[in-house]
Amino acid sequence: MTPGVGAYLIVSALLFAIGLAGVLLRRNPLIVLLSLEVMLNSANLSLVAFSRYVGGRDGQVFALVVMGVAAAEVVVGLGLIVALERRRLVLDTEQLRSLSG
Amino acid sequence: MTTIVWFIASVAAIASAGAVVLQRNPFVSAIALIGHFAALATLYLLLQSDFVAAAQVIVYAGAVMVMFLFVIAYVGPRGEVATGRPRRAQTFFALLAGAAILVEVAFAIGRSSLDSAASVHHDFGSPQAIGELFFTRYIGAFEIVSLLLLVAAIAAVVLGAGPRPPRVREDADGAVIPAGEERRRASAALIASATSASAPATGTGEGAS
Repeated sequence: MTPGVGAYLIVSALLFAIGLAGVLLRRNPLIVLLSLEVMLNSANLSLVAFSRYVGGRDGQVFALVVMGVAAAEVVVGLGLIVALERRRLVLDTEQLRSLSG
Repeated sequence: MTTIVWFIASVAAIASAGAVVLQRNPFVSAIALIGHFAALATLYLLLQSDFVAAAQVIVYAGAVMVMFLFVIAYVGPRGEVATGRPRRAQTFFALLAGAAILVEVAFAIGRSSLDSAASVHHDFGSPQAIGELFFTRYIGAFEIVSLLLLVAAIAAVVLGAGPRPPRVREDADGAVIPAGEERRRASAALIASATSASAPATGTGEGAS
């Protein structure tokens, strides 16, 4: 017996929950970015699982587009971290609050 | 057989995701994320999505993680500094949000009838089939992603190589040194010391000949 789509979706939901907890809990922006990657990948997993379930390839195309968007997001996020580092700011999301109301 | 591979890959993916979130050292987190991507690629292979699995390994475990490790090495792998403030409420709501999403999806799956997958042709996840879709039906998405990557590259250059805040330095007698002047003086001093150091060497060489 092979695992059905539901099994993949459960794994995907677990990964999404872990990533969400990481984004909300961690204060190091680098680890926030890494947790964000976990969330994006869990969404990709469910897209591919649904694609296999339906039998169309559109879900895979969607997953590849998400990969491209994730790469762009990582580039900008890491650029921001490098910019913070060059301005000698503390890498801590709790202390970077000059934009908070 | 498929079930065993699925189980191992799923446990590895969840365990490495937990390690990414829980590790203090960003370097260890990044290494755990590489393992997470490998486990996910295995799951994609089980779903017969070969090209997505290959792209996962090449794009994520290759390019994106190299970028991450480079920035972690640049910034320095420091852990989080403990702040005095307790963050019980934030921790509680973060875990609550995670658990709520999990329960919601589990409930939705439990109520649905997603059992048997469709039977697919053997080239279900082949690069040829995916590429054909990309260049015909999803050409718009393809172009938009390429534009997005271009914009992100420009943003990275602007963010990373932007002008530094001008630093005004003063001389010993109070005169303002213009930008770059200090470096020019330092290099001039270096050249002067190099020529003065090499001068006696040539002198002895001439003496020997």
